[in-house]
Amino acid sequence: MTAPTLRIEDLALKFRTYSGMVDVLHGISLHIQKGERVALVGESGSGKSVTARIVLGLLQSLRTARISGHVDFDGRDLMSMHDAERHRLRGTKMSMIFQDPTSSLNPVYTIGDQFREVLFRAEPGLKMAAARQKAVAALTDVAIGEPERVLDSYAYQLSGGMNQRVMIAMALANEPSLLIADEPGTALDVTVQAQTLRLMGELVEKHRTSVLFISHNLGVVREFADRVYVIFKGRIVEHAMTRDLFENPRHAYTRALMSAVPRITGGGIPEIDDASPDFLAPLIVHEGCAEPGAPV
Amino acid sequence: MKRTLTILIRNPLSLLGLTLVVLVVLSALFADFIAPFPEHRGAIVDFANFNRAPEWPYIFGTDLVGRDLFSRILYAYRISLLLGVVVLVIAVPIGVTIGLAAGYLGGWTEFVLMRITDVFLSIPPLVLAMSMMGLLEPTLTNGMLAVTAMWWPWYTRLVYNLARSEREEGYVLAAEVIGAGKAHIMFREILPNCVPSILTKMTLDLGFVILIASSLSFLGLGVQPPTPDLGSMVADGSKYLPDSWWLTVFPGLAILVAVFGFNLLGDALRDILGVEQ
Amino acid sequence: MLIFAIARIIPGDPARIALGPSATPEQVQTLRERLHLNESLPMQYGYFIGDLARGDLGISLYTNRPVTTDIATFLPATLELIIVAGIMMIGIGLPLGVLSARYRGSWIDNGIRLISLLGVSAPSFVWAVILMLLFAYFLPIFPIAGRISDTYFVQPVTGFQMIDTLLAGNLKAFGSAAWHIVLPAFALALAGIGQAARLTRSNMVETYEKPFIEMAHSYGFPESRIARRYAFRPSLIPSLTIIGLDFAAMLGNAFLVEAVFAWPGLSRYGVAVILRKDLNAIVGTVLVISALFLIVNIVVDLLIAFINPRIRLSQRAS
Repeated sequence: MTAPTLRIEDLALKFRTYSGMVDVLHGISLHIQKGERVALVGESGSGKSVTARIVLGLLQSLRTARISGHVDFDGRDLMSMHDAERHRLRGTKMSMIFQDPTSSLNPVYTIGDQFREVLFRAEPGLKMAAARQKAVAALTDVAIGEPERVLDSYAYQLSGGMNQRVMIAMALANEPSLLIADEPGTALDVTVQAQTLRLMGELVEKHRTSVLFISHNLGVVREFADRVYVIFKGRIVEHAMTRDLFENPRHAYTRALMSAVPRITGGGIPEIDDASPDFLAPLIVHEGCAEPGAPV
Repeated sequence: MKRTLTILIRNPLSLLGLTLVVLVVLSALFADFIAPFPEHRGAIVDFANFNRAPEWPYIFGTDLVGRDLFSRILYAYRISLLLGVVVLVIAVPIGVTIGLAAGYLGGWTEFVLMRITDVFLSIPPLVLAMSMMGLLEPTLTNGMLAVTAMWWPWYTRLVYNLARSEREEGYVLAAEVIGAGKAHIMFREILPNCVPSILTKMTLDLGFVILIASSLSFLGLGVQPPTPDLGSMVADGSKYLPDSWWLTVFPGLAILVAVFGFNLLGDALRDILGVEQ
Repeated sequence: MLIFAIARIIPGDPARIALGPSATPEQVQTLRERLHLNESLPMQYGYFIGDLARGDLGISLYTNRPVTTDIATFLPATLELIIVAGIMMIGIGLPLGVLSARYRGSWIDNGIRLISLLGVSAPSFVWAVILMLLFAYFLPIFPIAGRISDTYFVQPVTGFQMIDTLLAGNLKAFGSAAWHIVLPAFALALAGIGQAARLTRSNMVETYEKPFIEMAHSYGFPESRIARRYAFRPSLIPSLTIIGLDFAAMLGNAFLVEAVFAWPGLSRYGVAVILRKDLNAIVGTVLVISALFLIVNIVVDLLIAFINPRIRLSQRAS
């Protein structure tokens, strides 16, 4: 059996602040097999976003951050890697798409310019013409009708949905093994979001890319993910196959999440009124979901 | 307030600023007690000791008529701070009021007030001050007038922008609905929200006024002798460069120290009060 | 018009001052006639506009030459100073700001910030004095005053000594002119450099917080590339207005530096005429300086429009 694309073991994160050490992640573990789509679900502040950034190595440079634990990528230990090596993986073997597509693109450069930069990461010597061809192909893949025009436009000239597709195209252009999606489509309206997700699903299937899907939106997770981890205040509290989780939520927190009424604004973040001590109950793992190497 | 002070002291840079400002203010207030030669601020001559390089007891040396430079600088601080305070005390209320009116009332008021403000803002500050001074007798009072006249538009612009954006905020609409008077809304509702920006700017401006005032007196358009003034001291001394260097260096450094202190303090305040540019 | 009104209201009889205390009442009267001082204010304004249209700013009571000649003689010196200072401001200030932002929190950053703040904290003449003492007197690296060494005579074609010396093909003279301009321009520019550096830094730090920078990081673009290409341009836009203002402000500050370095520029002329209440010259000088100020502002606005794609493209669309 091949090594899982991503394996996180006992990852802990602390921040040094004026008032002492703050624990953000208390030792979480998760894994993603090749081609799998795994969701990490939780409210804001649960730690899901920082997890993603640690995988990419974006948090390590912060002097106030203390990270411990294991992160393995394609069998290689990320934590003990040299910065340079880790750096090489970014944009090539692992990439990320963000919440707000329009503001994630540089406003003063054209899409084409930025796409070229991305392509250069994988192929530094790529010629302009070849880069443009690749970009056009990638844009066509995400169902953009006039790729040439889009390449010559600026981010603010295109719609949110269009920019989202551009981001997906850029992220997948270098055929990464892992795609991290941080609340994708939260800034878009619901119908566009659904379309985009469907598109994303088709593409990752085609390229056999593993996906770490970070969200607070249960509906989206249900549509998209194979397996789900529920995270609450820096701890994984439940872990199950998607259907299993939705049909049979066992942890108190998961149940609270599912029955919470989503807010009309704010992208459907569920509002959980009272925090019950049950929420801190230990991890419940559903059948067939154990971490590789962990005792069943 | 207490919290602000604690934060100010923690950070080394802002502590430096605070210290410098306090030093300057104390020098100005207690010049009579600190200065070794308090009578030198007037028209004294002591040709026996004139033009001496720095040595005890003339720590900064003496000028061309034998007056102790250190004492004169202390008194000059008094004048500079006085100027700054007076200018701000007059310019700020005027500028803020106009800005509030223009920003909140809108319409013709806004148009007319802002056009006038723009005219004043469009002339480089020093040029405006200079031309005004050139047309009036160079006295301290006229100097204050000129600087005040060119100062108020900056506060108007600042408050105008703030008032314009606050105009749409919830609390303003609520007050309107209740039927609060326009003056009340402007001064009791909007103004408190502008206070942090205004305070920061005032601190920075104290330094800036000293800068401009010294530039004016450097050119001979400010205070007249024998009143000690930093700018004119530099000007007088510059004729004897480079030999009697202390005549220019110490007053110049005095300006630098004062303005630097206010700038540091103002910057720190800006960070603490979370003011936007 | 404001200028004109203020100028005319001053106390004191300009004609008398100009002619000196020894003038006879008849002479004063004749001069007053010539200057139309006896007629009503609106009439004087009428003459003024008429003259202005013809390019005649009147005679300076100070130098007894047409004001336009005076201005033409002294303006290029000031302009040269300002332009060189402006180049310094942008060429030194902006990169310092970028460095400061890129290495924020480090010694480099704190050092640059301190120096920038110092630069802004003293009027140009203080810096002029300090620089002159340090680098011209105690360490004789640069010359103390003047525009060019007396040993060279250059035919004034444009009035810009740096250009004229090149036009005349005299490289040594060019060197002398360049050397002479370094200290005064730097003294003038110091405040601007400090301001530009601080502004660039704060804008870039703000830009660094934006989402598209995080995305650039996620793609592993090298840090230096991010600093230069990604973060710099968006930060430039808000800075431009203020930099433009600073550049224009240097016009005003040129006075101070010119005084210390004995630079024969417009500002020294301006100070002299103000002190002598030389009406025509005052009006002329202030007019020219304000016009320059306006031009600089317009140029800056155009530049901003050019660099900010949003503005440029929306105008093309409309």
